[in-house]
Amino acid sequence: MPISLAARKVSHRFGNVVALDDVSIDVAAGRATALVGESGSGKTTLLRCFNRLVEPEHGQVMVGDQDVRTQSPVLLRRGIGYVQQHGGLLPHWRVLRNVGLVPTLQHMSDSADAARRALELVGLPAAQFGSRFPHELSGGQRQRVALARSIAARPGVILLDEPFGALDAISRAELQESFDNLRRDLTVTTLLVTHDLAEAGRLAEEVVVMRKGRVEQRGSMRDLIRAPATDYVARLIERARAGLEALRA
Amino acid sequence: MRFTPRRILLIGAISLGGAIPAALGAQRQRPVVVASKPFGESYLLAEIFSQVLESRGFSVERKPGLGATEIAFGALRTGAIDVYPEYTGTGLVAILHDTLPDSLAADPRAVFAHVARRFADLYRVRWLPPLGFQNTYAIAVTRSTANRYHLRTLSDLARESPHLTAGFTADFIGRSDGLVGLSRVYGLRPRAVRPLAPAVKYQALAAGAVDVIDGYSTDGLLARYDLVTLIDDKHFFPPYEAAALVSGRLDSQIPGATAALTLLSERLDETTMRQLNRRVEVDGEDIKKVASDELIALGIVGSGGGHGVRGVQSVQHSGFWRYLWDRRATLAALTVRHLELVALALLAAVIVAVPLGLGLERTRRIAEPTIGALGVLQTIPSIALLAFMIPLLGVGVVPALVALWLYALYPIARGTYTGVRDADPDAVAAAEALGTTPAQRLLWVRLPLAAPVIMAGIRTAAVITVGAATLAAFIGAGGLGEPIVAGLALADTRMILSGALPAAALALAVDGVLAIVELLVAPAHRRKRLWRTGT
Repeated sequence: MPISLAARKVSHRFGNVVALDDVSIDVAAGRATALVGESGSGKTTLLRCFNRLVEPEHGQVMVGDQDVRTQSPVLLRRGIGYVQQHGGLLPHWRVLRNVGLVPTLQHMSDSADAARRALELVGLPAAQFGSRFPHELSGGQRQRVALARSIAARPGVILLDEPFGALDAISRAELQESFDNLRRDLTVTTLLVTHDLAEAGRLAEEVVVMRKGRVEQRGSMRDLIRAPATDYVARLIERARAGLEALRA
Repeated sequence: MRFTPRRILLIGAISLGGAIPAALGAQRQRPVVVASKPFGESYLLAEIFSQVLESRGFSVERKPGLGATEIAFGALRTGAIDVYPEYTGTGLVAILHDTLPDSLAADPRAVFAHVARRFADLYRVRWLPPLGFQNTYAIAVTRSTANRYHLRTLSDLARESPHLTAGFTADFIGRSDGLVGLSRVYGLRPRAVRPLAPAVKYQALAAGAVDVIDGYSTDGLLARYDLVTLIDDKHFFPPYEAAALVSGRLDSQIPGATAALTLLSERLDETTMRQLNRRVEVDGEDIKKVASDELIALGIVGSGGGHGVRGVQSVQHSGFWRYLWDRRATLAALTVRHLELVALALLAAVIVAVPLGLGLERTRRIAEPTIGALGVLQTIPSIALLAFMIPLLGVGVVPALVALWLYALYPIARGTYTGVRDADPDAVAAAEALGTTPAQRLLWVRLPLAAPVIMAGIRTAAVITVGAATLAAFIGAGGLGEPIVAGLALADTRMILSGALPAAALALAVDGVLAIVELLVAPAHRRKRLWRTGT
């Protein structure tokens, strides 16, 4: 079952550095939102508030209809899928065991089956890949395994932090496509962090542009292009377009 | 009271019993612990003490070669040993830090009386009547050096000392009855002073590496090389009368032992002692045989007694491997003891340092200072660390284990801390984000990934411990250091090697075994197959 996400007036500082400044967002159950911005914009910090890897100083963070602070971090995290830029597979565990991590943590009786199904969904047949070690896979395959791991226990939400950021352009495009299909099949709520506006537009229904810990604009990609709320958003769009035109020329 | 025949018999039996107490009591009593300092004459005198005691029915535990004066005397005071041979001059200067008025300082009897009284008062330690010879410092030069610089006395030496290089034992350099006092009294200022181990100073002098050394007047090696002993014309050195130094408790705990040792009083003169030392240090004869020969000659032990008189004269002339083979039982026992020391110290270090390393990883602010402090322990020379242990723990296995344990902590704690801290940060972060508990991350991720680094630390610690354990012999813990220490003291290369080679082999073997363990604990994706399965 997809679960909604909400952040209300969230502020957080690391030492003297303001990471989040009065940020509010909502993601409806089953929808996908992308957080876009440069390094230091606060997008990853905001993402990490939802599974309590960051405990914000002010404001409220909701997963479903519950404040995250009412749940134990460990149990909360087991119900939320998570993919990071460098997949973070356990290098000494074979693929199947890696994917079965969360089902095992949840004491699911058929955790191996859950892992196999998840592998099939990301296009890596368990018979062929299940007994490999992560270092025996390509970079793209490793991120697919990380993706499989995040969905194996069928969470209602997945958080993705630059999941395709470290991949070459072709693997990246392939993975974006698989992920898009996957998300529709699974109907899972998605929060995606990326610095790539094109990726955001492709994978998410709503885009949140962040800068210096604040939200510059929220809306669909079409809204952003049609009516950029600030100069910054306009420049961001201009730059993405210039990139595309360079390819066309 | 009427004296019935029966009662007279009983009284007679009791008085007889008083005359031969040890013969009856030896079974139930603990052994007399006889120690020596690590140089030839001290070994020989301790063996003579031991054989006299054994001939009178006492059982004896030998702890030869205890570090130096501080360690041997410390062990005596704390009751870890019962007796060792000492010299009155050493007692006066190095232990009491006393000086006597000039009128008394040169009189051996006056010095003995003073030292004996002060030791009884201060330490409850007893000097038995002197053995009958003095072993003073003998400042020696080669005959050619003596001729070239016209050296006959220490005053001559002081005059020429700016041209000469001295090779003195570390003990002598630091003692006030050594170089410090010689500089003060004679104005001795050598061009350079090189600290030398007792075992090498004669070779260094003969080879011309140094011009003047400190020897002992009864050294067998003084005669081996053609050396000139310079006359102490200002009577700087106090008398060094040799005597048995006995713990105050010995008499009450093992009645009769002191009396047995007193049999040796005034029985050994300087000529005899020099000959005996020569047989041990120059001819390489077995100490047990030299000791028993002399005791038979003195009529203290019957010739049938046969304590350690089995033929060993051929040893000097047979090959090294033969020498090792002849000592295989002893060496095997020493190797086992050595391994026990290493294994116990290492095990205790693992039990403490691995959890410590894990704990420090969670409190990183204090991690580096703590590990740094353990690292400082490494810089304490082993022999000094062992010496520090004596007042706290006496001598023997326990202080040796503690010292070895302290040395082993650093590499293991460092390996554990670094290994766990640096274990694949991405994998650890992902595991946390997916809902593992800290304990699960430790057991499933960090420890398996850190295992090779932790194991490498344990391996380093093991090899260090095998090496450091040879020094345990200085405080009477046994092990392969025993023949090394004795061999150094007696300038017997073969004896040194008979301990050093097995110790080196042991280090290689321990390292090899742990290398295999390291392969076995490597994380699964890095594990190399020890053998091929299938094709």
